[in-house]
Amino acid sequence: MRLLSASRTHWLPRLGRIYTHQSSPASFPSFHSARLFSLYFNDHYDKKEPLFDKVLIANRGEIACRIIKTCKTLGIKTVAVHSDVDSNAMHVRMADQAILIGTAQTADSYLRWERIIDACRKTGAQAVHPGYGFLSENTEFAAHLEKEKIAFVGPNSFAINALGDKIHSKELAVKARVNTIPGFKGEVKDADHCVQLAKEIGYPVMIKASAGGGGKGMRIATNDHEARDGYRLSQQEAKSSFADDRMLIEKYIEEPRHIEVQLIGDKHGNAIYLNERECSIQRRNQKVIEEAPSPFVDPELRKRMGEQAVALAKAVGYDSAGTIEFLVDKHKNFYFLEMNTRLQVEHPITESITGVDIVYHMLRSARGYPLRFTQNDIKIHGWSFEARVYAEDPFKAFGLPSVGRLKVYREPQNKSIGEVPQDGYIRCDTGITEGSEISLFYDPMICKLITVGKDRQHALDLLADSLDEYVIRGVTHNIPLLRDIVTEDRFVRGDINTAYLPTVYPNGFRGKQLEAKEKQILAIVAGCLYVTDKLRDRKFLNSTQGSKHSSRERVYNLNIRVGETSEPVSVQYNKAAKTFKARIQDTELEISDSINLADPVIRVTVNGQQRVLQLISRNAVGKIELQYLGSVFPLHVYQEDVHKYLHWMPAKKVADTSRQVLAPMPGLVKSIAVSVGDMVSEGMEVCVIEAMKMQNGLTAAVTGKVKKVNFKPGETVGDQDVIIEIEDVATKQTAAESEKQNKQARR
Amino acid sequence: MHLGQITWRALSRTALASTGSARSAGIAVSFWSSRSQSTSSVVQTLSVKNQIDARRQESRMGGGQKRIDAQHKKGKLTARERIEVLMDPGSFVEYDAFAEHTCTNFGMEKEKYPGDSVVVGQGQINGRTMYVFSQDFTVFGGSLSSIHAKKICKVMDQALLVGAPVIGLNDSGGARIQEGVDSLAGYADIFQKNVLASGVVPQISLIMGPCAGGAVYSPALTDFTFMVKDSSYLFITGPDVVRQVTGEVVTQEQLGGAKTHTQVSGVAHRAFENDIDALLNLRSFMNYLPLSNQDAAPIRANVDPWERDIPSLDTVIPLQSTAAYNMLDVIEPIVDEADFFEIMPDYAKNIITGFGRVNGRTVGIVGNQPKVAAGCLDINASVKGARFVRFCDAFNIPIITFVDVPGFLPGTAQEYEGIIRHGAKLLYAYAEATVPKITIITRKAYGGAYDVMSSKHLRGDLNYAWPSAEVAVMGAKGAVAILHRGAKDLTEVEEDYVKAFSNPFPAAVRGFVDDIIEPRTTRYRISRDLDLLQTKKLKNPYKKHGNIPL
Repeated sequence: MRLLSASRTHWLPRLGRIYTHQSSPASFPSFHSARLFSLYFNDHYDKKEPLFDKVLIANRGEIACRIIKTCKTLGIKTVAVHSDVDSNAMHVRMADQAILIGTAQTADSYLRWERIIDACRKTGAQAVHPGYGFLSENTEFAAHLEKEKIAFVGPNSFAINALGDKIHSKELAVKARVNTIPGFKGEVKDADHCVQLAKEIGYPVMIKASAGGGGKGMRIATNDHEARDGYRLSQQEAKSSFADDRMLIEKYIEEPRHIEVQLIGDKHGNAIYLNERECSIQRRNQKVIEEAPSPFVDPELRKRMGEQAVALAKAVGYDSAGTIEFLVDKHKNFYFLEMNTRLQVEHPITESITGVDIVYHMLRSARGYPLRFTQNDIKIHGWSFEARVYAEDPFKAFGLPSVGRLKVYREPQNKSIGEVPQDGYIRCDTGITEGSEISLFYDPMICKLITVGKDRQHALDLLADSLDEYVIRGVTHNIPLLRDIVTEDRFVRGDINTAYLPTVYPNGFRGKQLEAKEKQILAIVAGCLYVTDKLRDRKFLNSTQGSKHSSRERVYNLNIRVGETSEPVSVQYNKAAKTFKARIQDTELEISDSINLADPVIRVTVNGQQRVLQLISRNAVGKIELQYLGSVFPLHVYQEDVHKYLHWMPAKKVADTSRQVLAPMPGLVKSIAVSVGDMVSEGMEVCVIEAMKMQNGLTAAVTGKVKKVNFKPGETVGDQDVIIEIEDVATKQTAAESEKQNKQARR
Repeated sequence: MHLGQITWRALSRTALASTGSARSAGIAVSFWSSRSQSTSSVVQTLSVKNQIDARRQESRMGGGQKRIDAQHKKGKLTARERIEVLMDPGSFVEYDAFAEHTCTNFGMEKEKYPGDSVVVGQGQINGRTMYVFSQDFTVFGGSLSSIHAKKICKVMDQALLVGAPVIGLNDSGGARIQEGVDSLAGYADIFQKNVLASGVVPQISLIMGPCAGGAVYSPALTDFTFMVKDSSYLFITGPDVVRQVTGEVVTQEQLGGAKTHTQVSGVAHRAFENDIDALLNLRSFMNYLPLSNQDAAPIRANVDPWERDIPSLDTVIPLQSTAAYNMLDVIEPIVDEADFFEIMPDYAKNIITGFGRVNGRTVGIVGNQPKVAAGCLDINASVKGARFVRFCDAFNIPIITFVDVPGFLPGTAQEYEGIIRHGAKLLYAYAEATVPKITIITRKAYGGAYDVMSSKHLRGDLNYAWPSAEVAVMGAKGAVAILHRGAKDLTEVEEDYVKAFSNPFPAAVRGFVDDIIEPRTTRYRISRDLDLLQTKKLKNPYKKHGNIPL
């Protein structure tokens, strides 16, 4: 593939062009490497500089694929390791060689470092890239590799050890004159002491119980008076809640943002920062959407944060890629949190705005080459977002893992050859393909959807469009939430902090709330789909009978139910103009006839405006599920002359599941707290399900007696499996009582 | 003839349009007639016209508003409303709206309803002619009188004459007891027509209310029987008689409800939620079928690319050959728009049968379901598959078979019930079928079951194997136990056996499979082959009829 280096923009010195074509599976490696090449516009691969002949990637999924791509570009042979269930995985197919290292459980495969070292010996790999997670921060593994004279593509063990421990790393940070969260190391003696300390630290402060948790025994104080009161109240609370009234005090970070600095260092004492990433959109400390640069950071702040980060890196002789996490308050004060001594999930957004291939430089550093860049070479080009597309249900606690087979999987495609990032582009980092199984053994990530644009809004628009075009069938995914966030007011303004999700969705995520106009669009698109289907139903290509005696309706009078409400809609198809005319309430709309019933993505223009929806399902009875603005909406289309009879149809009984404890997702039963015959009260935790490293307590929805326990700890459960059945003792008693009363009355 | 029909329809439409107008016309006539006494013939003419309108109107009201309300209260539509939902708007033409019963026993002569207890006629579904009869529960509980039977027979005769399907919407309390043996004769007449029409035009029964006694045998003779959940029943005798005769206490639902017949007995092919759901589903189902055995399988306009690659099929077969997977995950992506109308989805789930389209053309699909009982063939699965295959063969619908079968289910339960006799039905059906037959062996094809499942030897036109295919007499474990009887360590010989037989080569080298194909190309292959085979000509030797092992 050619690389055109001609630049047409004044602010982008050396830019490539993006080549896009439908990736055919047979040719994907070359396609991706071509794309990679132009992605890293600020980098050039020096093929003459000897690196490694063969690298083993001790990881799986998207990160393994990501590393293999750079290796392929460099002409380095790759070795994949995999568990038995991953035998067909993308990283295995992409690598030159693959070694089976055990069973599905990570403890028996990806964490078995001795088998990985064995695989290195067998294949003659000279270096191991650990990716993230698994063995990436395991110094024992690194030490063993060193013994075998195999390079570890990551920082030296000393740096990992020094920075791996939270307390120790904080001490190092203080020594390197990096801002840390001010606080008093030790117990607060009394209220006066508390006020004195608060003054030293500077308001606002947080007074919290040493044994605290869950918001109990915790007070924020903004002045002396509040500090005194807060100390007293918190201490009382702590005493009653935890029987431990030791109190701590530290600076309270107002509206904290999670902003981190990407670093890269070498073995020659050099380190530079590759600017920052903002990762404030989190749930349960897991990032959801990241962006680079941060909308909050100005050049001056960037410089200060970057320089402190470099100072810390140099203090420990950091010689690879790493990340320093900071909390930044609303006054732009920043405080060191911790350092991640590995390649991070969200590294592509940094690559996108700096044009640097971080994996390439990790390999170079590991081989002992000095950095090729100085700080001055690193600029910011455009804006980049990363949305983590997960196989999880965003309606449950912003995302509980789900599993399944990707029946249909289509990533959004770059529209055309364009100028980078002037015209914007999409990058999908993934380790799965259509037909892949998302199992409960591994991280449920489907893909990292990265968009790059000339500015924030541009990249954001591209992200929204890409999410609309992203086709995933077979597993529950979090696109509804992602899609809602990217057009949410506060997010669009960049007004975000780590409490964003619970603040914007105080009652949890409930799906896109449609406005009246959007509801209309949804209804008429369903109407047009229905009419397209009905018209096609009459088109027989080999019929011995023409449809002489029944003509198709000129105007379809429909009744379309969206959610709870039903709306009359009329749709008329104009064959000559290839348009539909639809009327809903008093609105008349013209819709382009661009609906293809076999295509999951529906791109139509409604009154000249482009809308992208997805057809999730439809059936013979007019039930249609459409995805619009990320969320899926069930609709029902009836023709008016059928709809008029609908009210006679009996309502079907829906099974009452409140007396059952259902598995909210597939997983492993960790423990069951009750046995048959036990009384349980509403809200009581009755069992714990573990799925993908997460434990989820399930509670009883009613008060009653346990009737049946269908699973034992250690067994696996499927989604919606009934784990425990509860008998409604209360109603039984009342029934018995009323029986008694009746008898008495009869007497 | 054509013109006449339209006029006729126009007339009936006027009558439909307004009850009021008929009445007001009546007033006008009496006013006019009182003025001129001499024009009695004119009066007569007008009076007849009025009577026509009045009777037609009466026939439209069936058993009267009260009974219609009762029908609605039960969550059921009336006979006419059902036809209105089923047929294309305005396309239905009614016959015998004026027919009346002729019974004079038990004072029946005083109670007559024009049209009696069934509505018959023809109309169109998506522009294609279908004949329909719809039993009217509001008239004598939909009971079958002599005239009721005659009306049904009339549409069946005409359907045979022109070659169009017959749809029966059953909602009847049973025989008209007052008519005695006339009613029984009526049933038998219908049965005879059912049998003569069998294999000539598709016959579909939709049970939308009770259907008991002799009445059940008409649906049983038709090609497909569908039911409405919670409101339809099929049984030889109702719960009351059962209790009297055997002492067994059972509810209607348990004895002959939709659940019983779609899951346990296999009498019904599918059940739907309510009248509307059933009728709309029936509309879409009819679109798969040819109108008669003289027609080719219909080809509907298609937008799903015929050559579409399906990458997910490459990974659908689990790496472990003992692990289960869902055969529907294979079938659905292959058919157009994943639109698959499953027949008997809740009965003998170890085999899947149903209709789909490939590049617009209707195909019948049979597949072993490894998810249920390892996809083995047992009695129920054999019978289910056999009946479906025979329907497809009778109506020129190509058959695509997906094979993953470990064999016939062994054991006393199956042998005592006659697995040999019933298994032979599926064998017979496949061997007899002359329609295009395409077979894809996805994984196991063991033993006699391999032969049965549309193998090359049973005149399979194109037989493919996926790379995961294993065609062998039996699984490795069983085979080596016989081959090396008494040997202590079988693991090594088992490995040898696996190497030799657990792959598609033994079948491929002998030409028993035509090719080993990449799973992702399966749709592409099937699409091409169907086009190729549309000119297939194959005839069985002349016979009065074969003797399938019933």
